[in-house]
Amino acid sequence: MAAIAEPVLPDEAPRSQGVWGAAWTRLKADRVGMVSLAVVAAFLVLILLSALGVVAGSWQLERGVPYAPPSFLGSRENVEAQAIDLAGPMGPPVDISDIDPLAPKYEEWQRRAREIQVTSPPRAETLPFGADRWGRDVLAKAVKGAQMSIFVGVFAAVVATFIGTLLGAIGGYVGGRVGDFFEWLYNVFTSVPDILLIFAFAAVFGRGISTVVLILGLVGWTGMYRQVRAEYIKHASREYVRAAQAIGASHLSRMFVHILPNISHVVLVRMSLLVVGFIKAEVILSFLGLGVPIELVSWGTMLAEAQTELVIGKWWQLAAATLFMAVFLTAFSMLTDALRDALDPKLR
Amino acid sequence: MTGLVSVRDLRVSFRLGKRRIVEAVRGVSFDVPENATVALVGESGSGKSVSAMSIVRLLPDNAIVDAASRIDFGGANLLTAPIETLRRIRGKDITVVFQEPMSSLNPVFTVGYQIGEVLRLHLNLSPRQAADRVVELLTEVGIPEPKARVDAYPHELSGGQQQRVMIAMAIACEPKLLIADEPTTALDVTVQRQILELVARLQDRHRMSVLFISHDLGVVGEIADHVVVMREGVVREQGPVDRIFAAPQDTYTRALLACRPRLDAKPKRLPVIDDFMAGGGQPIVVSENRAPRPQEAKPLIEAKGLSKIYRLKTGLFQRKSIAAVKEASFALWRGRTLGVVGESGSGKTTIGMLLMRLVEATSGEVRYDGADLLKLTEAQMMAYRRRIQIIFQNPYASLNPRFTVGQILTEPMKIHRIGASDDDRFERAVALARRVGLPADCIHKYPHEFSGGQRQRIAIARCLSMQPEVLICDESVSALDVSVQATVLNLLLDLQDEFGMSYLFISHDLAVVKYMADDMLVMHEGEIVERGPAEAIYEAPQHEYTRKLLQAIPTGYRPGRR
Repeated sequence: MAAIAEPVLPDEAPRSQGVWGAAWTRLKADRVGMVSLAVVAAFLVLILLSALGVVAGSWQLERGVPYAPPSFLGSRENVEAQAIDLAGPMGPPVDISDIDPLAPKYEEWQRRAREIQVTSPPRAETLPFGADRWGRDVLAKAVKGAQMSIFVGVFAAVVATFIGTLLGAIGGYVGGRVGDFFEWLYNVFTSVPDILLIFAFAAVFGRGISTVVLILGLVGWTGMYRQVRAEYIKHASREYVRAAQAIGASHLSRMFVHILPNISHVVLVRMSLLVVGFIKAEVILSFLGLGVPIELVSWGTMLAEAQTELVIGKWWQLAAATLFMAVFLTAFSMLTDALRDALDPKLR
Repeated sequence: MTGLVSVRDLRVSFRLGKRRIVEAVRGVSFDVPENATVALVGESGSGKSVSAMSIVRLLPDNAIVDAASRIDFGGANLLTAPIETLRRIRGKDITVVFQEPMSSLNPVFTVGYQIGEVLRLHLNLSPRQAADRVVELLTEVGIPEPKARVDAYPHELSGGQQQRVMIAMAIACEPKLLIADEPTTALDVTVQRQILELVARLQDRHRMSVLFISHDLGVVGEIADHVVVMREGVVREQGPVDRIFAAPQDTYTRALLACRPRLDAKPKRLPVIDDFMAGGGQPIVVSENRAPRPQEAKPLIEAKGLSKIYRLKTGLFQRKSIAAVKEASFALWRGRTLGVVGESGSGKTTIGMLLMRLVEATSGEVRYDGADLLKLTEAQMMAYRRRIQIIFQNPYASLNPRFTVGQILTEPMKIHRIGASDDDRFERAVALARRVGLPADCIHKYPHEFSGGQRQRIAIARCLSMQPEVLICDESVSALDVSVQATVLNLLLDLQDEFGMSYLFISHDLAVVKYMADDMLVMHEGEIVERGPAEAIYEAPQHEYTRKLLQAIPTGYRPGRR
């Protein structure tokens, strides 16, 4: 092939905008998408700062009076705080010294107790977004909770995506008995109620953040599997895959080099939907006491606490957790939607 | 001759994205007289469908129609008429038949119900009256056993019958104008012939007008009274059919007429539109006929008794076998072209797939250099993979949309270890792209940035990168416009001369196969019914089916047709 051996390089071949570059251009044109991207980015910065301890590092400090109301409500009578302060015995004291064997020692103990200086910092009457039962700042809790919830949501989604994509790719591409086996596995997983599966896994793995991530990942891969499998079945018979077979590309190359980039937008969008779902699932898990450990805070534990507070009219912890969650999840969902539009080559 | 519909200075543009507006139709004017057939001819993107659909305002939401445009019908401007008026007109006075009958019929309703719906909506017929009328209509469009077919679902009918149902629906209310948008493009040539005859007969009987949209001048020449040639949203030329075909004034019309392969001549090269446009409208003198290429003593590939049988599960223990290819035997010689013609479902594509082992054969053997291709293991097959390559029909589907042209061209070389290094392979890719006539800056671009013809060139270059001996062209030019088709066919011929490749040229288009092939197979329902030198088959077809096929080819315009 003499004509082909001639080495001629094109002068100044301009690099063309890649698929991802084009998607970014389309996303930039979408105003809703850009606003939600900004919100999500702000949240990510916030949880990064919180992970580094710059903000909300001292969320466990009891800085306000119990149930301190949010500043914007002003200081109003805090009956519950007084009730907690006056937690001592009520009613006229009863002299029981003649039957109490420890009675002689009380005086000495009280004297010694006075010698120890307890410096409790002055507790604020109000906090920016109020305080919880122990006087902890609800705003700091919500920020710290965001870190935990989003971390759990994202990592669990990554685990589920990995499992679902791998099984879906093999099941859809190979088909036959292998595909049947994965279908069977899928059916087993979906036939058991999710909550039961979660209990089962939780019982085996014990408590902890990594357990929550693992549980959600192991339970949540089924939807992704199903969709990736369908996409693979569709794409495996497409002409470009046949063309790849015709030039001798191996099965692995066809599966992951040719087909995967073409369905990546499906995987990505599904994954962001999983993030939304898993954040909500973490909330439920924590609510049931299977979620994040007691010494940590997440939106779920906040909501669990809020349940009892709400009865006595202390709504701000619920409001803070809900507001944070709603803003983040709405922004994330809309970003997902914009991403789908930007990445789907068919909508062009 | 009074005008039924008159289109005046029609301008339609489409909003794409926030700022981009693309003009699709730029000042088009034409008339549809009463009781006449007007053909809108043009290639893809010429604006012919948009012009026609503007009449019934069936345009996408992002279409913008210029305020100065007018479409007059029955004393009203259809472009500004209230939507209620338009709804009354659509389906009653003006009806539409679309290209794909399979997707224009609703799969969950019976055909009787769907035809009856039109009658109930527009003529207020009672269910019983409507049912009687549906049977009449089905009889009129030539559906066999119309009484039984009333309750059939669309999938139970063949493509041709589905299109007949669409036509029955369109003529149900005795329309004044029938708009037929490429009504035969998706159909086989013998079915196309029947549909064309049906439309002509109905037009005559009901004294309606037909606006016929087509890219195929052969079809248009047969059916139209008046021809409007469009290109890039502008009317290039319009006039009575005899004038357009006998004495075309416009260069583009002349080019369009010339670049389609003809059955009676076999020039060395097909004239292309650029020849005409560059040559100031003077057609390049067509050189003498191309002689068949010499034949070696031994064939390069010899297939014997090749069969492919699909087994379908029809019940718990029942299996139905369908033979896609039955006992096919043929030979392919080095440097020559073997044409395979047949209608859809004839098994012609399966033959190509079997040779490539993209589909595994049920029985038979394929001898290539002494080895039986069908018995090789996957690893042994790799060496042969390189030597037999395939160009698919749809260049939009056969290129991976996420690969750049450079990646597409270097991937096969990487797989088959052609070229010393990545740089060497890249240089080869650049040279190949240049050889097939792609622009120099294409190498970092993605397939979606190219036109159909350019994409097919990319697919050809990908095959060439492996320096194959055999190239299977599976309907490789069928999806392309006539003018682009000519340039790709010329390229294939040049490459064959340059590299001495053998072609297995599969197509439903008899004129194209006639132009390309030295030898030929005619397939019908999985069987090879006729074989031999291409010239001989076209001159004296032996088998009845071949004769039927040849007679069905649109003849184009013949003087004194009416």
